[in-house]
Amino acid sequence: MDSSLSRLYARRRRRNVMTMGLAYAATGFGLSWLVLILAVLLWEGFSGLSLAVFTEMTPPPGAAGGLLNPIMGSLVMTVIAVLIGTPLGILAGTYMAEYGRYDKLTSVVRFINDILLSAPSIVIGLFVYEIMVAQMGHFSGWAGAVSLAVIVVPVVVRTTEDMLTLVPDTLREAAASIGLPRSLMIQKVAYRAARAGMITGVLLAVARISGETAPLLFTALNNQFWSLDLNAPVASLPVVIFQFALSPYKDWQSLAWTGALIITLAVLALSIIARLLAAQRRSS
Amino acid sequence: MSMAAITVPTVTHAPGNADDLTEKVSVRNLDFYYGDNRALKNINVSLYQGKVTAFIGPSGCGKSTLLRVLNRMYDLYPNQRATGHVTLDNEDILSPSQDLNLLRAKVGMVFQKPTPFPMTIFENIAFGIRLYERLSKSELEDRVRHALERAALWEEVKDKLGANGLSLSGGQQQRLCIARTVAVRPEVILFDEPCSALDPISTAKIEELIDELKDDYTIVIVTHNMQQAARVSDFTAFMYLGELVEFGETTRIFTNPNDRRTQDYITGRFG
Repeated sequence: MDSSLSRLYARRRRRNVMTMGLAYAATGFGLSWLVLILAVLLWEGFSGLSLAVFTEMTPPPGAAGGLLNPIMGSLVMTVIAVLIGTPLGILAGTYMAEYGRYDKLTSVVRFINDILLSAPSIVIGLFVYEIMVAQMGHFSGWAGAVSLAVIVVPVVVRTTEDMLTLVPDTLREAAASIGLPRSLMIQKVAYRAARAGMITGVLLAVARISGETAPLLFTALNNQFWSLDLNAPVASLPVVIFQFALSPYKDWQSLAWTGALIITLAVLALSIIARLLAAQRRSS
Repeated sequence: MSMAAITVPTVTHAPGNADDLTEKVSVRNLDFYYGDNRALKNINVSLYQGKVTAFIGPSGCGKSTLLRVLNRMYDLYPNQRATGHVTLDNEDILSPSQDLNLLRAKVGMVFQKPTPFPMTIFENIAFGIRLYERLSKSELEDRVRHALERAALWEEVKDKLGANGLSLSGGQQQRLCIARTVAVRPEVILFDEPCSALDPISTAKIEELIDELKDDYTIVIVTHNMQQAARVSDFTAFMYLGELVEFGETTRIFTNPNDRRTQDYITGRFG
């Protein structure tokens, strides 16, 4: 190697080291905030974690209590939202990936879906307020569940379409080549090949809605008492956190931290499950 | 590379005299379009019952396109259309009233890359059978076993029928796909470069298999490999730029072609 070449090489090495250093620094900077948030959550929320949190109702200021009613409210509304949103999302995604892949309608739906995907959730809350709460004359758990479902649909549409598009055309042709009608091909072959990814999409949607506050403020509102009547206002973890965290009472603030920790851990668990499923898909 | 010296067929099939041949599939004046692009130009070819026909030619010459007309696989995609006449047992398969699923059950296909379904080995085969027949459990098991035996795979998988089809090796997967195709009891089997993703040993097995299968099926194979065409086929069609240049008995095409372009291709002057 002559000297000019080695000088060039040395310069390239220096540049490489510098770029690597910058990349590491940026990663570290980003991650440190995440770690900090988790640490504060654990620090503030963990001390309040007790059996009472899961067995007692939200207390008035100054009294002992827990988060049972908002936990239940969140669970029930999330489950209903997923039950409404998942079939709609999967069917729409299936149309886009399988039946209408080359149609104009599909690109229009995809465009609108992408807008819906990034729509501020407060707008969705206002929309459901207008079509349900205002019409019924009162806040309700149903309205809360529907507004969450509106958030679920675009997430599931997107992942379903993406995952089905990843199923190779050769597999579709193979199914067709033994005389399989398209409907059966989708159910028995394409869904099976895309299953893990589609489930991941639903889990991500659950993770997304379990922390949503804005759409519930206008729809399910809140409830200090035990109520599973979905025609009445229903408590939820995000709204209770919002209310308690803003209050001047120390014990409410502490419960808010604990609620935040519970949501974060639940979302973390869901994300890990989604990751594991995705990894399983890749390896199979 | 000069092919002429090594294309002497090791297994020579004597196709018998012309009276013995029954025309199973007849292609007449076939044109094929991808959008406005005319990919096949006035194709005329006959596929004979119980014979192996090879389509050879350089990449992009339309061999696979022609193959995909025979089971109307192109119908899965928009802007692809065929004009002309293609008959299977004198029945027009290009007719809009043709039931595609029934056609494809009669005209099976094996692809370039093995395409097992994401299910067990047993289900990969039972799946297609169940579509058209209602069988008892033991009858179904017999049929699955028979299909796997036909594809020379039974001995290797009989103890793990419950394993995922994707867990097999590439060559085994391809034989699984052949078993799956055979299980539906087709009359014609289309092979679209079935060995191009396989190692030489697996390739030899598949070629052997094709030779055994031709007693019961009419077989078409698209291949880039001229020795393979020479080894397995009775008839050969040479295609070039969307045209069928020459069609005839394999021994004649490889030893004494009529057309200059065929001669150039099989001697390795282009392609």
